[in-house]
Amino acid sequence: MSSNGLLAVEDLVVHYAVPRGLVGTVARRPQKLVRAVDGVSFSVGRGELLALVGESGCGKTTTAQTVLRLLDPVAGRISFDGEDITTLPNSALRPLRRRMQIIYQDPYESLDPRLTVKSTVEEPLLIHRSGSKRERAELVRDALARVELTPPDLFLERFPHELSGGQRQRVAIAASIVLGPDLLVADEPVSMLDVSVRAGVLRLLDSLREAGLGILMITHDLSTAARFADRIAVMYLGRIVEEGPAEAVVRDPQHPYTKALLSVVPRRDPRERSRAQILTGEAPDAIRIPRGCRFHPRCPVAIADCREVDPALERHGAAPGHRAACILAG
Amino acid sequence: MSSLLELEELNVWFDLPRGGTLHAVQGVSLTLDRGERLGLVGESGSGKSTTVLGLLGLLPPTATLSGRVLLNGVDILAGGEETVRPHRWVDLAIVFQGAMNALNPVQTVSSQIVEALELHGLATGRQAKARVGELLESVGIPRDRGDRFPHEFSGGMRQRAAIAMALACNPSVLVADEPTTALDVMVQAQILELLDALCRDFGLALLLVTHDLPVVAQLCDRAGVMYAGEIVEQGPVEELFHDPRHPYTRLLFAATPDLYGEGVPVSIPGTPPRLDRTLAGCPFQTRCDRSFSRCKDERPLLREVAAGRSAACHLNDVPAEVA
Repeated sequence: MSSNGLLAVEDLVVHYAVPRGLVGTVARRPQKLVRAVDGVSFSVGRGELLALVGESGCGKTTTAQTVLRLLDPVAGRISFDGEDITTLPNSALRPLRRRMQIIYQDPYESLDPRLTVKSTVEEPLLIHRSGSKRERAELVRDALARVELTPPDLFLERFPHELSGGQRQRVAIAASIVLGPDLLVADEPVSMLDVSVRAGVLRLLDSLREAGLGILMITHDLSTAARFADRIAVMYLGRIVEEGPAEAVVRDPQHPYTKALLSVVPRRDPRERSRAQILTGEAPDAIRIPRGCRFHPRCPVAIADCREVDPALERHGAAPGHRAACILAG
Repeated sequence: MSSLLELEELNVWFDLPRGGTLHAVQGVSLTLDRGERLGLVGESGSGKSTTVLGLLGLLPPTATLSGRVLLNGVDILAGGEETVRPHRWVDLAIVFQGAMNALNPVQTVSSQIVEALELHGLATGRQAKARVGELLESVGIPRDRGDRFPHEFSGGMRQRAAIAMALACNPSVLVADEPTTALDVMVQAQILELLDALCRDFGLALLLVTHDLPVVAQLCDRAGVMYAGEIVEQGPVEELFHDPRHPYTRLLFAATPDLYGEGVPVSIPGTPPRLDRTLAGCPFQTRCDRSFSRCKDERPLLREVAAGRSAACHLNDVPAEVA
């Protein structure tokens, strides 16, 4: 774990109860649990971008929301800047909230259509009772300049419908950085945007990272993670199955799931048509997690032991800090 | 010999609620041969979906269309709905982006396909049942699973079922509009493999509409790149990537992240032009990194720049040593 860990998560577990319905409750059927996050550990340092990648339902968004204490974990530990915040009550969380912010996927939904850009970016300052009117105006301008909506005066009085998708996402980012946070959680920040503007928003996140922010980016897009993340963590069915420096995970994958996932990513160059290793079926739901290695029913190289042993995330591969949860790795 | 499907100078205008018109598709021409896989790529608002709705005769009443759609040399749009209907689903089948969510939730998957077969008078009763079994198997769904309801299927399985239904009448062309956009990468790979196999095994021609350049690069033989309602470049996918003849094609590839690519993707500055006013000059000139005086005044036309390749860019008129 990195020594400058801004965010450190250890053995995080988050469950959802499946509603039993009236009959189920009366009949006292056993409560079913979705084990959405089932023992996840990772850290994000200052000036570091960690991409959490995986298919839908793997628990990446639940992880992100729990880290921000928008959901409560069943077990595990979340520390933010050295402080254990796992069970901190809301009143004590409040001053910390301004230091951890989130950007959502859809800038068409995350912005209030009735608020001007100025009001949208100023709102977090008002909620946290920050600064005088003049100071706030200065901070808003400053945030807009940082997200390259310049000159800021041109954008202050505009409404979301007057902006393009890329500009909207920049406004959302401005609102999330106006309080000067240390940690930014970006949940699929570009998946709703056109290809031609995605790179600009990602480069912006990259410049914020360079300025010292720690960023946890949730994405299903491995190509984006490969190009913009410092480190990549691959999730499958509630667990991180592989984690390490982006370059190492992409070029020297250790876990069979990562290998399969990488093999099916379409490439830009038609000559690089991938030899796709297509896994059959889809990930089982997180109510019935297979015993042993949770990936073994779909794993192309599984052996008998994989049905029994639940592998831990351990050091594999040549690069320092590269870990995988597979008894066959290395 | 004529192509299987030919679009000639397709134009679509939409009446705007506050008056005026929006020229959504501007003179699109393309050809599709038997068994060929053609990609139509573009960003939102580029006119790719409208082109597809136009060629299938599925535009809303606020739209006006001109141009011809030739199927085996016969103009199927000439007589409006009367002349398209016999071909829709029968020769030209469609899979939409949300197709997996378009299945009837209270009817089993099999019975929905049986219904389609009966509606088109292709089979009834036991014969129809047998045909449904074949169709399901051709898309990788075990026969007996057809008796289930859509909600018992995963997203990928529902998309397969939607493809099976599209294939019910044995079409020669499958139009797929963003068929994998809502799917995870592994399921996307399964569906792309299926589409590939259908083209190969049944000689089906595929018109794949998507914003996703790498998907086209992996699956298609040729592609047309759309921008602001028109095709700005067309050719074999390999040549589009390795030797783009329109700056938009080059910049779009450069904006697309690649798993093992070098460097960081670069976005294209600016936004596409509004299509509710007449454009002077090249529609891409304000975002282009190579525009020159002529681009401001004169609109470049799509013309052949090499065998099997066309592009709409004045740079192709400039001798290489000057450019």
